[in-house]
Amino acid sequence: MELNELYNQIIVENSRATWNRHKVAGANVRLEGVNPSCGDDIFLEMRVENGIVEDAGFLGDGCAISQASTSMMVDLIKGKTVDEAKKLAATFLGMIKGEPETEEQLDTLEDAVALKGVSKMPARVKCAVLSWHTLEEGLDKHEKGEPMGNGGVTTE
Amino acid sequence: MKTVLNDFPILKVSENGTRLVYLDNAATTQKPVQVIEAINQYYYGENANPHRGVYELAMHATDAHEGARAVVAEFLHAEENEIVFTQNTTESLNLLAYSYGMHFVGEGDEIVIPVSEHHSNLVPWMRVAKEKGAKLVYLYLDENGRIPDSEIETKITERTKIVSFAHVSNVLGLETPVEKLVKKAHSVGAVAILDCAQSAPHLALDVKAMDVDFAALSGHKLYAPMGVGVLYGKKELLEKMPPFFSGGDMIGSVHEQSATWAEVPRKFEAGTRNVGGEVGLAAAIRYMQSIGMDELAAHEHELMRYAMDELSKLSFIDIYGEKSAEGRHGVISFNVKEVHPHDTATILDANGVAVRAGHHCAQPLMDYLHITACCRASFAVYNTKEDVDAFIAGLKNVRRCMGLGTE
Repeated sequence: MELNELYNQIIVENSRATWNRHKVAGANVRLEGVNPSCGDDIFLEMRVENGIVEDAGFLGDGCAISQASTSMMVDLIKGKTVDEAKKLAATFLGMIKGEPETEEQLDTLEDAVALKGVSKMPARVKCAVLSWHTLEEGLDKHEKGEPMGNGGVTTE
Repeated sequence: MKTVLNDFPILKVSENGTRLVYLDNAATTQKPVQVIEAINQYYYGENANPHRGVYELAMHATDAHEGARAVVAEFLHAEENEIVFTQNTTESLNLLAYSYGMHFVGEGDEIVIPVSEHHSNLVPWMRVAKEKGAKLVYLYLDENGRIPDSEIETKITERTKIVSFAHVSNVLGLETPVEKLVKKAHSVGAVAILDCAQSAPHLALDVKAMDVDFAALSGHKLYAPMGVGVLYGKKELLEKMPPFFSGGDMIGSVHEQSATWAEVPRKFEAGTRNVGGEVGLAAAIRYMQSIGMDELAAHEHELMRYAMDELSKLSFIDIYGEKSAEGRHGVISFNVKEVHPHDTATILDANGVAVRAGHHCAQPLMDYLHITACCRASFAVYNTKEDVDAFIAGLKNVRRCMGLGTE
């Protein structure tokens, strides 16, 4: 694929976006996601009340793909129900795996569709999916009432 | 030196006129046709299980196995019975951790390693230290990435039982002061272990002149196939160590409740060995010797000097370790300012240049340098000035590609 398809304006700008880089007041979901081989490392925090993701944010460090993916994910899930957030994660992960998704489904991902090209770059898939796997795991733990901050997600 | 590019099929110019610029040689080198052919020849005409059969073909296989050992011994200036074949450096170091460390290190003892070590020369010692109640002590580096004399003088003490260090760091590319470390280790009665994974491809080695007690290397980093490595050990030390793996071919005799061990080095070579790989390793050593280790080193040094000069002209590059080509072998680690190394490596890849990005199995060093990861360009005998030019040209694209201005 062409480089400007991967490092398009949406991804480059979101990789440096700062508005979602913060701790979340009253967070009740907190999970770390790590790519051990390359050192991408994110800490995702959410406040989930009455089945709604009231607030979300992240801290951490990694490549442009992982950071842009995380920031766009946080933009998307804020204010959504837990079920909606899970559906978004399934759609995003499907897109990166190269599974057929309808235009309608892809539209729900808004700007995060800009990462679609990663599906053709096997070496960078793990960067794009890190935050989304972390989200899924965090929401699962929350639903099961498991204490937060235990364990973490790794893409390997 | 005339170019050897034509010896390496994977580096041939493709139909669309491009050629892979392979600068990840510290991870693994490409293989010359001489090595590939030697392995072919073994499997076409000599394959059987060495040391087992009395038939003629088994004799050929035994000759291939022991012949390869002789080539390695000569390469390292060791005796043949001091050469143990392993899978790679990692297995060689684990063999030492388990057969030496677990038996000759006790509570309160210390194992000393530089903070720049590859995980393969770090995690096994961490496990020995934990298991035996010993302490893993680190030698820290100065601002140039070198081990200061003061660290050697103060950290290696009467409590030290093992001093283990890379000859050349796989991240910094800098040569370690072997003589000082070995001398100090021996003065306190410790053994000195030399990890030659990153030096054997670039430097002529003489384990006797260096007086190291053990040395380890990987075949695949010096043009041989993956899956074959070497442990050198002084005979008297190998003899007092218990076996690592046990099973077939490493025994003297076996009874229901007892067994005796074969003589070294076979005591450490349990099971059927990777003879095809060993033949490939011998061919790779012969290949390097046919070029000449001095010629090879001079060529790589010239490339290194050129690459360091060109890199120093780029204001947006941070280089780790002393910014000089002197005493630097094969490896340059760097970052493009404000760009994550994975993005840099992806952009270089789109320009046909393969470099490594990540923590390079040296996380304690990354922490010590206050970075999470970096890029690494590393050279081999087939690299050319044109490769360096392609690398530099690719780097000039990186910041623009990431929306960070023209440079």
